[in-house]
Parts: sequence; C-alpha cells; structure tokens
Amino acid sequence: MAEKTVPSVQPETAARREETREHERYITPPVDIFETQEGLTVIADLPGVEQPALEVRVADGVLTLQGNTKNIAPGTPIAREYELLNFYRQFELPDAVDAERISAQLKHGVLALHLPKKEKAKPRQITVQVS
Amino acid sequence: MAIANPWGDLEALRHEIDRTFQTFWSDRRPQHWRVAFLPGQGARQYPLVNLSEDEGNLYVEALAPGVDPKSLDLSVLQGALTIKGEKLGLAQVTAEAYHRNERAAGRFTRTIELPVEVDATRVQAEYRNGLLVVTLPKAEAAKPKQIQITVAG
Repeated sequence: MAEKTVPSVQPETAARREETREHERYITPPVDIFETQEGLTVIADLPGVEQPALEVRVADGVLTLQGNTKNIAPGTPIAREYELLNFYRQFELPDAVDAERISAQLKHGVLALHLPKKEKAKPRQITVQVS
Repeated sequence: MAIANPWGDLEALRHEIDRTFQTFWSDRRPQHWRVAFLPGQGARQYPLVNLSEDEGNLYVEALAPGVDPKSLDLSVLQGALTIKGEKLGLAQVTAEAYHRNERAAGRFTRTIELPVEVDATRVQAEYRNGLLVVTLPKAEAAKPKQIQITVAG
C-alpha cells in the first residue's frame, strides 16, 4: 500500500484565486496499516475530529483522509504544547481492494477503516480430485 | 576527463552526517510527531497538554486519542494535576502484517504543576473525540477581586 508522495491535490501548495494568502496548514496523522487475508485495516489517530468534520474518500484508487479539528477548551491560552491543525493524508490503494465495501468507524478520536479485498484476490483452496 | 578526487568519498560522508543531524535537531522530524500520542515510547511527556484559563476556571486540554475512558484516572494534589491512563494496543496482529506502524500504545502518567490554586473538590473532566478536557475551578483566594473606589468629597 503505497503512500501518495505526490498527492493529486496538494492542499499546502494549491493556490486558489484571490485566496493565495490563506495558507491552511495540515498535519499528517499517525497511522497503523495491517493486512489480513480478508483485507486491509487502516487505523488513524485523529484527536479533536468530530464525525461530521471527517471526510474519507476513495477516488482513482487513492484513499484520502481529511479531518477538521476543533479545540474544545475555552478561555485564553497560557501554555501550549501542541497545535491542533487539520489532518490530511493520502494513500494509494492496491487493486485488490473492493472500494464499494469500505467501512469506517470513528471512536474516541481514532478512525478505523476496513478495506476488504475483492473476492478474486483472496487466496482460494482448491481441492484436488483423485480419480 | 574527470579528475579523481581522493577526498570525494569523505566529503560525501560529511554531508551525510550533517544532513542526519540537521534532520534530527530541526523541525524536520517526521511531521506526525507534532501531535503523535506515543505513550511509553518517546522521551517526551505524554499526554501533551494545552493550558488555558478564564476568570473562574483553569482548563487543561490533553491530547489522548484512543484511550479507554475507564482507564483514565485523574487526581489533584497540592496544586498538581496527575493524569493516568492506558491506550490499548491492537490485539492479535503479527509484525509481518504491518504496512505502517506509527501509533504506539501503553500506559502513561503525567503530573502538571498548576499555575494557580484550584478548588480540588469541584474539578470536572470530559473525554470527547480523543481530547480530555479538565475544568479546574480556581480557588476563591486565586480569583481576581474587584476593588471598589470611593470618591471622597
């Protein structure tokens, strides 16, 4: 599962007309990706992202994770150790993934994506008939 | 014809070392380290916290995605807040199955010195979307007092 080093849309550099000064910054969220015979699982830490602000899409074999964050503590800041920016990361999916059956769950700021493999991509045991 | 430079290899090595150290010390570390929550792995303290305040309260916002809310344990003692908890790892995944392994799991504990005196009996905490927000009401003695000025004459 290759990571898109040159994303088809580059949010950091893509200049929009009359908005070139608005420089939105993004962070790549840390992820775990592992593979089983059934498919791939992608787990991403997305703290501060609510379900409506999370966008997961697959287009042209590219999986895009985008989440907009919101700091929830009120008041004026006195000490900062982290800055919650919006999350953005892209991965190139292998052909074996069935894009129609991808499922996603968001719980406690952790996104779990299940990408099942197509039927024909799964290994199949063939019984040999002895005649 | 190119002239052989006997020092070429040494120069290349020097550049390589410089580059390694630059990457290590500057902000060009892997980008996800900035908000990565890596209990039990890094030399940094976890969870990372942001402190804010208003007139009546002090707020501690801690970055803790994927933490089992039941494992969270908060206590206030002598002007210090202690946050304990555990981030659960993935069960039953063999090392060979990983394509990426950037998240970490484990127990964590952190004590934060509070800049003002707080009322420990009225502390509230909320865990939402992987962020833990602790609201610590300031003690009466620490709140700003409005002083009335009487105008004589």
